Amino acid sequence: MRLAMLRIENLTMKFGGVVACSRFNAEVKKGQIVGLIGPNGAGKTTVFNVVTGVYRPSEGQIFFEPREGERHQLVGLSPDRIAKLGVCRTFQNIRLFGQLSVLDNVFIGNHLRLKSNVFSTVFRLPHYTTEEKEIYEKSMYLLEKIGLQDMKDEKAYSLPYGMQRRLEMARALATDPQLLLLDEPAAGMNPQETQELIQFIQEIKDEFNLTIFLIEHHMEVIMEISERIYVLDHGVLIAEGSPSEVQRNEKVIEAYLGVG
Amino acid sequence: MRKNGRSDRAALLALACVVVGLILANRYLDDYKIRIINLSGIYVTLGLSMNLINGFTGMFSLGHAGFMAIGAYTVGILTMPVQMKEMNFFLQPIVPFLANVEWGFLPALLAAGLVAAVLGIIIGAPVLRLTDDYLAIATLGFAEIIRVVFTNTQSLTNGALGLKGIPNYTNTWWSWGVAFVTIWFVSFLIRGSYGKAFMAIREDEVAARAMGINLFKHKVMSFAFGSFFAGVAGGLLASLLGTIDPNMFRITLTFNILLIVVLGGLGRITGTVISAVIVTVMMEALRFLDESINLGFVEIKGVPGMRMVIFSIILILMVIVGREGFLKRLKGRETSYAEN
Repeated sequence: MRLAMLRIENLTMKFGGVVACSRFNAEVKKGQIVGLIGPNGAGKTTVFNVVTGVYRPSEGQIFFEPREGERHQLVGLSPDRIAKLGVCRTFQNIRLFGQLSVLDNVFIGNHLRLKSNVFSTVFRLPHYTTEEKEIYEKSMYLLEKIGLQDMKDEKAYSLPYGMQRRLEMARALATDPQLLLLDEPAAGMNPQETQELIQFIQEIKDEFNLTIFLIEHHMEVIMEISERIYVLDHGVLIAEGSPSEVQRNEKVIEAYLGVG
Repeated sequence: MRKNGRSDRAALLALACVVVGLILANRYLDDYKIRIINLSGIYVTLGLSMNLINGFTGMFSLGHAGFMAIGAYTVGILTMPVQMKEMNFFLQPIVPFLANVEWGFLPALLAAGLVAAVLGIIIGAPVLRLTDDYLAIATLGFAEIIRVVFTNTQSLTNGALGLKGIPNYTNTWWSWGVAFVTIWFVSFLIRGSYGKAFMAIREDEVAARAMGINLFKHKVMSFAFGSFFAGVAGGLLASLLGTIDPNMFRITLTFNILLIVVLGGLGRITGTVISAVIVTVMMEALRFLDESINLGFVEIKGVPGMRMVIFSIILILMVIVGREGFLKRLKGRETSYAEN
């Protein structure tokens, strides 16, 4: 039995009278890639926002268990605390630090693990310069991984769309996450780029020992890499299971194609 | 990394030029011009400290005059000789624990910065949860509160009478020395991990938090550093002028600094230094406009305050004509959206 790294129990999120997500239950086991799908407006990003602390849920519990015996309740924690515990994310509408360089974007991802205090960074004390060098090398390694090492001094906003998506992933990886939440990583990509992305996700999962929870509209992505899929429609869980089970599920077909 | 090395050498060269310039200035220039040089140095410090808060961290704060007032009064009270204090405080004697202190200039300046920074943290803790215009209004209110409090604490600040006879320690070495420490501090801070985190907050708060940056801690930190240097600059100003009163620290003072920051570019160090010098010199250079001008065939009567009108017009023109340069950052952002 593998460890349930993320467990969402009875999650309900209301915005005024609108119920974005109702009594949602899900479990992501360590080392799995789990998909979350559903038509537009189904409440998928809301689930991510609640898990990462952007919103506080109206009801429900979220448990994060990075190691056996170390269990954290994520409800009520601030986003930066959650990131420090090892949950990091990318955004559906890319949120890079646009005016900063590509390298700095990844560099900032390391900031939460920085041990030096602010005065040792200003006076450039030896233990900070050593630490900075390590961060620099790690950031360059991540940039090489996504193939952006030659663009390290470009401003992030000036990159083409696909590269911005990859940079966002590198920045998230810089925080040393255990659990990575990817919000539509393949949005706006052509079939060839999508194939590369699938490979890339599998590669980083193996290399950094990640557990991945992802939202995606591209069915080929979700069907190919997910071990398990949750399907949301209007904030309600309508199906869960392996890709082939979900594909055959009538409720899912109905939600996506409408009733004939 | 190589880029940093080159800018380090450029900075050293600039430092050497300023040192030589100051030696020559002290030998050949009259007191009035020396005073302008002093003011320029002080405004460099003020501009950079405000740029750290507003430009690098992206918090729209307008409390600078308040922090300057705190610094100015701290230096004034701490450095003033004991007899001078007795002469100043004739309405109500000064509080006993301050009556007999007479500190040197350096410890007084550091105290000015620290008192301002501590107040910055106390004020910042509740207020920095606000953003944009709300923060601007709250900090503006804070600066006004400081001024009103200083007007009414007779036995501590001598109220509306102000302080007279503060020893004139400030010279060009002090004002530009502090300016260089500020330049050095801000540029090293920005180059390091914390400074990058400040800029990340400016760029996107949601993403910065998601990357594990504690917004509150970093905002307060930036605010405290900014108010520290504002306090030190206020102290330098007090010791340069020799006389201070609460009405010096009105909102217009904050706006003068904001002007320097905006002209020099939000988030730019070199630009702020250059614009601080230009603005200070121009404020003085345009002084002839306040006096009567005799053109030979007709005499134009002087209108006090005319230089401010002309100065404002020049600024408006500069911002309109120089829009490309000043607002380049915003424009760049627009095109990136268009591409998407």
